[in-house]
Amino acid sequence: MSFLEFSGVAKRFGPVEVLKNINLTVDQKEIVFIIGASGSGKSTLLRCINVLETITEGDLIVDGLSVRGTRRDIRRIRLEAGMVFQQFNLFPHLTALENVMFGPLKVRGSSRGEARDLAEQLLVKVGLGDRMANYPSQLSGGQQQRTAIARALAVKPRMMLFDEPTSALDPELRHEVLGVMRQLADEGMTMIVVTHEMKFARDVGTRLLFLEGGTVLHDGEPKLLLADPPSERLSSFLRHVH
Amino acid sequence: MNFEWSAFFDSIPNLLGGARVTVMVALVSLPIGLLIGTIVGIILTYGHKSIRLIAQCYVGLIRGTPMIVQIMFIFFAVPVLLGVRLSGLSAGILALVVNSSAYLAEIVRGGLLAVPKGLQEAGLAMGLPMHRVISSIVGPVAFRRMLPALGNQFIVGLKDTSLLIVIGVGELTRTGQEIMTDNYRAVEVWFAVGLLYLVIISVMTSVFKFIERAGRIS
Repeated sequence: MSFLEFSGVAKRFGPVEVLKNINLTVDQKEIVFIIGASGSGKSTLLRCINVLETITEGDLIVDGLSVRGTRRDIRRIRLEAGMVFQQFNLFPHLTALENVMFGPLKVRGSSRGEARDLAEQLLVKVGLGDRMANYPSQLSGGQQQRTAIARALAVKPRMMLFDEPTSALDPELRHEVLGVMRQLADEGMTMIVVTHEMKFARDVGTRLLFLEGGTVLHDGEPKLLLADPPSERLSSFLRHVH
Repeated sequence: MNFEWSAFFDSIPNLLGGARVTVMVALVSLPIGLLIGTIVGIILTYGHKSIRLIAQCYVGLIRGTPMIVQIMFIFFAVPVLLGVRLSGLSAGILALVVNSSAYLAEIVRGGLLAVPKGLQEAGLAMGLPMHRVISSIVGPVAFRRMLPALGNQFIVGLKDTSLLIVIGVGELTRTGQEIMTDNYRAVEVWFAVGLLYLVIISVMTSVFKFIERAGRIS
């Protein structure tokens, strides 16, 4: 069985149909990049997976659990799906270390010692071993986003969702975050990434989805789709991104 | 006119007795008011429609009527309605709890609304249930931002204890009134009363400053 299974998923905000009849499966260890114009539904699609948005029609199974299930099912889905946000969303009243310790302590029931060990290890991994005692306001955007990645990983998810992780960053800070993401991909993490980083998608992705008007217009190998766009829509989108 | 220092100093011991009542009433009722205000504020922000409507009515009723009317109602009307006897002191404390809770609820609501939505989403996305998102993330962040407004409301609340004069609670203002009707030294007595309020409120302000500093993210 696939790790993610969208069957006939639709999402409406009032009269606006943001996602239309999405049918899609994703297996473990896939690195799926989602691209598309703003308003094409790519962030909404991502947010339906961890139920930050509830779907209007169809069903979506995450690791055997339906997003239409009980509250407990939804919390279990969220434990399996770590999320990284465009605006980082670090907890401003906690240090980088405390931010990363938060998940293990509050949702995984780890002891303080275990949580601290894991958090230190993850912060070193994302290159912030010397920034643990800093509050988010004392970190650069790239450092904040790397802390946010460590925070999501600390919950030990089986999949990571990235919602435009580099869009709020200065160009010179993007590579820090992309480097960490590439490392995660190399380690075999299942990843779904909404992004405008086409070069990164081509180099790291195993699969590329192009969304247009709430539907998946193309679904294929990133290198092939980007080198030789099969539709005028995709080639004109790519021209506008560059 | 000449300022009679002896009248000023002679009034101090009695006024300190009144100040003790003022501080006691405030110290008992404002924290309870904050507790109720926090619950009502959370309901106003996150509560289900029906329960939210009840909370809105509560706040609307309290904010829509003068505090002195509330004091009179609790002291004179509630005993008639419920057939219970209330001392002036307990009626006064009750009035201050009810009154401050409504204003504090709006401060709490404002504080919670001012926290970026993304923090709530980050907590939920980790698998935390909503009530723990509020208690561990949104609440602590909001509390720091609410402190100046809370301090302000506590000062207002402390001064509102002077309205209890109308139901005979022997707090600071009432004590001043009694001394003045005795010795007719209006200038000295009200000068002393004002000074004592100033001292109490300065102490309260320092406590809030201290809490703000302790919670500052540096």
